[in-house]
Amino acid sequence: MTSETDPRTHQRESDTVMTDLPAVPALLDEIELGLRRYLNERDIQRPLLVGIRTGGVWVASELHRRLGLEEPWGELDISFYRDDFSRIGLNPRVTPSHLPFETEGRDLVLVDDVVMSGRTIRAAMNELFDYGRPSSISLVALLDMGGRELPIQPDVCGERLSLPPSRRVKLVGPEPLALELREVKA
Amino acid sequence: MSASLRIDNARLSVSEGPVSLLVRDGIIQAMGAEAITESAGRVIDAGGLTLLPGFVDLCCNLREPGNGQKGNIASETRAAARGGFTTVCASPDTSPVNDSGAVTNLIRDVARSSAAVRVLPVGAATRGLAGELLSDMVGLSNAGCVAFSNGTHAMANARILRRCMAYARTFDLTLMLQPVNQALAADGYAHDGKVAARLGLLGVPEVAETASVMEMLLLAEETGVRLHLGQLSCARSVEMVAEARSRGVAVTADVAMHQLVFTEEALSGFDSRYHVVPPLRTEADRKALLKGVEDGVIDAIVSQHQPHDSAAKQAPLGITEPGMSTVESLFSMGLNLVQQEELSLKALVRAMTDGPAAVIGQTSGLEPGRAANFSLWSLGDSWQAGPPSLISRGVHVPVPGQALKGVIRWTVCDGRVTYQPS
Amino acid sequence: MMDQAPGSLSAHDRASRNLQLTGDGQLRHFITLDGLDRVMLTDILDTADSFIEVGERTIKKVPLLRGRTVVNLFFESSTRTRSTFELAAKRLSADVLNLDINTSATSKGESLSDTLLNLEAMASDMFVVRHSQSGAPHFIAESVTPGVAIINAGDGRHAHPTQAMLDMLTIRQNKHRFEGLKVAVVGDILHSRVARSQIRALQTLGAEEVRLIAPGTLLPADVDSLGCTVEYDMRKGMADLDVVIMLRLQKERMEGALLPSEREFYRLYGLDTEKLALAKPDCIVMHPGPINRGVEIESAVADGPQSVILSQVTNGIAIRMAVMSMAMSGQVAERAGRSRQQGGEQ
Repeated sequence: MTSETDPRTHQRESDTVMTDLPAVPALLDEIELGLRRYLNERDIQRPLLVGIRTGGVWVASELHRRLGLEEPWGELDISFYRDDFSRIGLNPRVTPSHLPFETEGRDLVLVDDVVMSGRTIRAAMNELFDYGRPSSISLVALLDMGGRELPIQPDVCGERLSLPPSRRVKLVGPEPLALELREVKA
Repeated sequence: MSASLRIDNARLSVSEGPVSLLVRDGIIQAMGAEAITESAGRVIDAGGLTLLPGFVDLCCNLREPGNGQKGNIASETRAAARGGFTTVCASPDTSPVNDSGAVTNLIRDVARSSAAVRVLPVGAATRGLAGELLSDMVGLSNAGCVAFSNGTHAMANARILRRCMAYARTFDLTLMLQPVNQALAADGYAHDGKVAARLGLLGVPEVAETASVMEMLLLAEETGVRLHLGQLSCARSVEMVAEARSRGVAVTADVAMHQLVFTEEALSGFDSRYHVVPPLRTEADRKALLKGVEDGVIDAIVSQHQPHDSAAKQAPLGITEPGMSTVESLFSMGLNLVQQEELSLKALVRAMTDGPAAVIGQTSGLEPGRAANFSLWSLGDSWQAGPPSLISRGVHVPVPGQALKGVIRWTVCDGRVTYQPS
Repeated sequence: MMDQAPGSLSAHDRASRNLQLTGDGQLRHFITLDGLDRVMLTDILDTADSFIEVGERTIKKVPLLRGRTVVNLFFESSTRTRSTFELAAKRLSADVLNLDINTSATSKGESLSDTLLNLEAMASDMFVVRHSQSGAPHFIAESVTPGVAIINAGDGRHAHPTQAMLDMLTIRQNKHRFEGLKVAVVGDILHSRVARSQIRALQTLGAEEVRLIAPGTLLPADVDSLGCTVEYDMRKGMADLDVVIMLRLQKERMEGALLPSEREFYRLYGLDTEKLALAKPDCIVMHPGPINRGVEIESAVADGPQSVILSQVTNGIAIRMAVMSMAMSGQVAERAGRSRQQGGEQ
């Protein structure tokens, strides 16, 4: 597993501005611990993990391994549910969502890499409800960047960060998983 | 003196030195040194311009009587004058059809008062162009029809065609027929070739024309009628005409300019402006038609001018009306062919002057004693055809926005200036 | 103009490629497969795969076209095709208006234009057009309502691109590739818009051979220009086939002296068990429907293990959802571009 101590990370993209970002393995440790505690508190015995493409799927598969779950994890592509179709149109690389289980009456754990405005989570929840009525949905995120535009909060998160509005964090991977800081072009 | 006009410093396309030409009472009185000493009511300095005999069009739709929204004799003859024409044959497919002396007289009356060129009516060979009953050809001829045609419509059958020819032969009348076998053409509107195959267009096979050409040639040979085949589109048609002529059959032929410029590919984008009858055919046909004009097998290039209102073309291709607005840009399109070395200037001019004039028994050319019909061109300049610069009511020009060779400066018809720079 | 020799004249350029794509190559109309490259066709198939997954959910609906108005303009009636387009639009959450327009009332171009302009004024975002005239959707996109996304639901003998693409999706599901495939299209090629679009799609996607099997009266005059092999004898033509696509035969072909009888046609060009046995053992059988059993195809073949005719119907909805959302997306991008441009000019 990589981290910001890996010198190559700093050279990955010349336009990538690096500051001190948390190490991914440490964040994964944090959310694994948090999720175990959370599921225990809620008495959720058989959670189903659902990752949001693409970063969330990587995190979900890692959590799935660490929790030793038997049932497979699911993958969501929220392209058809985004609320910015009228501004940017359809994602040209949409791939099918894949939920290899019944969701009706189950406890779903939605997993994403970074939570910001909350719009992606809104879209993901809309999509999940088109598969049936789950008993509950919880939210796990590696990072919470603040800047929320909707009343959505992660139940478990690795760390809270605050960045200037011109910067975004992105999870790159899957081997190795690492966080990258990017400048948003105006 | 007031009706006189002198042109100075013009070049004839065939000779080098500048010449002068004196016109009086609609007639060329003198040319060269003799002309320049005479005084005239109006003098045009034609320095740098080329003097050409007035063009003659054997197939032009003036849309009057009947189709005022598409054009009328005044508008379309002014357009023809701008194209360098001084004589046009008015096709009979007007509304009503020119199948009676009354309609012919109407056309001539309107032409006398408002036409910018000589208008020679062509009578309908059959009543209503229906291809079934003969029209009063002798009466129409007496009223002023110079020839007889059935427009773009076919005769009902070979028996009617044969009788039509025999009757016309009796009175020494010329038939100008567009060869088409209607059963084979059916509902087609595109050449039955690769573009029709790819786009699913309803095809008109080549044989719809060639079978009819063969039939007409055989019947013409038998009846002895003077036959003119209009708007040929196929290489095989040219071959058959040449062969018949070599055996002494009295047959002449023309081709529409757009057949010399475009092919079936023009319909690749379903553009209704290239919907014409007969359809644009293959590159091999186009080359053979060009060669036919060069060799003189094809006597004339015609405009087949068909002005339309925009609604006529504003529909899916197959249900649009055929034809385009060409009379203003015809000679320039020919000059572009000359520049491309696809046609000689000599053949082009011949096919727009002496060739068509002979078909209708007229003379053409610049000689003292002949009618003062000519135009002056700046051959080196170019222009673009398209609204709003066009005079014709028909806006569907074949080459919108493209550089056309040769800018017309003056047209004189029967000694009268019918086009001049504004 | 600049790249032409001086003096050469060309027909007014109206290439279909420019018409269907935005400046940056996105789909904005879906009229023909001419001018669409392999990448675009593959994108359409991939997007359709995602919509197939949507169709398997409890709620088979996504909010992509919420608030958009789709008008099904059928100048030639077809309950079947119209229903799949309607269902596709509704599964994209669009508002759908179905108009069956009597063609005799609009045979004059002007009233067709007027009809369309009226509909455009009702804030329509997309027209799904079926028309008996080849090129009608081109005409509408080019000259009447360029700001409305046009989806061709079949025009004359020209094209039926959504039908061809759903057939490609069916082939891909069964064969997982196009390279190396030998595909035959059998029957009335001449009058078939479906065949024309299938030929184009198969060639673009890289099929090894497209074979046309029909009598000379049901082939276009210049069939050689289509880049296919032609076979008059169906028994010979079945050899080595991976896919055989049967076309529907219209009854009126007998009246026009194109064929003597349905019986003779079936004997020579109908797909029965015996002829199918001449193809590869895993050859799949397709038909755009509706089937004339005993005219184009034997019931035992249509309902047999090699038939994929029913999956074609399911795929039809997914393909239509894909092209509708992609074309709407292109229109949206273009409108956004236009408004940015206008903003910049102010």
